[in-house]
Amino acid sequence: MTKSPAGRGGTAAPARRETFSSRRLFILSAIGSAVGLGNIWRFPYVAYENGGGAFLIPYLVALLCAGIPLLFLDYSIGHRFRGSAPLSYRRLHRAAEPIGWWQVLICFVIAVYYAAIIAWAAMYTWFSLTKAWGDDAEGFFFNNFLKSADTAGLSFDFVAKVFFPMLAVWIVVIVIMVAGVNKGISRANAIFLPLLIAMFVILVVQSLFLKGAMVGLNAFFTPNWASLQDASVWAAAFGHVFFSLSVAFGIMVTYSSYLKRKTDLTGSGMVVAFANSGFELLAGIGVFAALGFMSVASGQAVEDVASGGIGLAFVAFPTIVSEAPFGAVLGVLFFGSLVFAGLTSLVSILEVIVAAFQDKLGWSRKAATLVVTIPIALISLILFPTTTGIQLLDTSDAFVNQFGILACALVTVIVVTAGLGSLPRLQRHVNKTSTIKMGVVWRILVGGVVPVALGYMLISELQIKGTEQYSGYPAWFNGVFGWGMAAALIVGALLLSLIPWGEKSKLNDPEYEEFNAVEVLEGDIDNNKIEVNA
Amino acid sequence: MTPVAITMMIIALLTVWGGLGLALWNLSRHPEEKEDQVLEEVSQEL
Repeated sequence: MTKSPAGRGGTAAPARRETFSSRRLFILSAIGSAVGLGNIWRFPYVAYENGGGAFLIPYLVALLCAGIPLLFLDYSIGHRFRGSAPLSYRRLHRAAEPIGWWQVLICFVIAVYYAAIIAWAAMYTWFSLTKAWGDDAEGFFFNNFLKSADTAGLSFDFVAKVFFPMLAVWIVVIVIMVAGVNKGISRANAIFLPLLIAMFVILVVQSLFLKGAMVGLNAFFTPNWASLQDASVWAAAFGHVFFSLSVAFGIMVTYSSYLKRKTDLTGSGMVVAFANSGFELLAGIGVFAALGFMSVASGQAVEDVASGGIGLAFVAFPTIVSEAPFGAVLGVLFFGSLVFAGLTSLVSILEVIVAAFQDKLGWSRKAATLVVTIPIALISLILFPTTTGIQLLDTSDAFVNQFGILACALVTVIVVTAGLGSLPRLQRHVNKTSTIKMGVVWRILVGGVVPVALGYMLISELQIKGTEQYSGYPAWFNGVFGWGMAAALIVGALLLSLIPWGEKSKLNDPEYEEFNAVEVLEGDIDNNKIEVNA
Repeated sequence: MTPVAITMMIIALLTVWGGLGLALWNLSRHPEEKEDQVLEEVSQEL
């Protein structure tokens, strides 16, 4: 941890901003954040549903034209302004601070339900040993394990088998968070990520030896070229890449703010982006090899057994575990992978929130972590280990993704490009230390292609969710925990921006002032200073 | 597996993992600088 006193030439010795001790640890942590549950349970099904082998084309186009350019935008903001999301956007322009808080609140919503899925996966790792679901994986998951209520609502009827694993998840992540960037986050990623990759590689190899694996892979990779003419397939590719890379909701801004001054931002980013894609391609192979086995074993077509998300993980996979040779090993590897992928992502999501309050209130790492994470854990533990937890998770996940992350990303790119015209200065900053230089193409992609793609997706989602009740839940339920929650994030972001930055806050950070002075000397324009002088 | 499925699988693996290989190779050609050197350069600029 780089926490030596700044104190060069000054009597006060404020703690220096933590930094990742090496580029390798940053890359590991960024990959740990990007590789999450979505890589394992979302990508295989999205690719299969949207053209199979032909999906590779829109996927690569989306990765190169939107995902990676947006990732570099996040890196440039975090690294140039060296702060949490609210502080970085505040330093970009004082009026842009609410964007940062919007991202923080999005992370809050995701964190409270993400812990529940990790807890389910942890329990299923254990259940795999005894194949506790018997012959009815679906009935076991919804009725025996979750004790799910028939109708969506808000119940405080707690389920012990979910509550205690969730409590354990929260204790683990709080311990990691208290330890800080280097001793906590870096170390956790340095252990969990290699473990995840090793487990997943073994899982894929085992899946490939199952009878019927080639049937599954054939279904996964057979191209449906006609699908390339369908706009929704391209939207699915842009949507998936966007969510998979963890861009535009504060994580990469926060992580890159902990990078050393001279770091190859784009070179590191390319490794993160392609490692994330490499992992999900591996997941596609492993999952469809297993689904091929299920298809052959049950005498059904692959299209009838293929599924994604919770259905894949907690219904289809347990069925495969029951029937496959050495199924218990397969189950432990699969659910263990979900646990580790989830933990490294949850840590990065929480870091966005902890860093924001640490910066704004000037608190120590330990105080900020405890004051922020304990209430989040309590809210999570009150709302999700209940008989209505899964419905609440479903609605909050769907709405925070579309009307939180997507809407916020669209506003962010519009404000940064058209609003503040900041792309040239961010481009200059990225190019100063990076090996892969960004040119005018990057500005066109971030300022043109990305907003068009995000705008199209957002309008499509507004039309879908505006005309039919999501998942058939009651209107009040989606109204409060879907639409209402998404609107509350914006109101909350504006209110949090009104809290003044105190003297102790990181807005008055001599280390940054020194850094900023050098940047301005080298020709950068400080938006906030211009406004003050005018 | 059909020939077209095998071809698409190979192309997918080559582009995505090849991209990762290239990215790692590029990074390995540019080792990171030590922060002490950077701080020295900054103080000289100031």
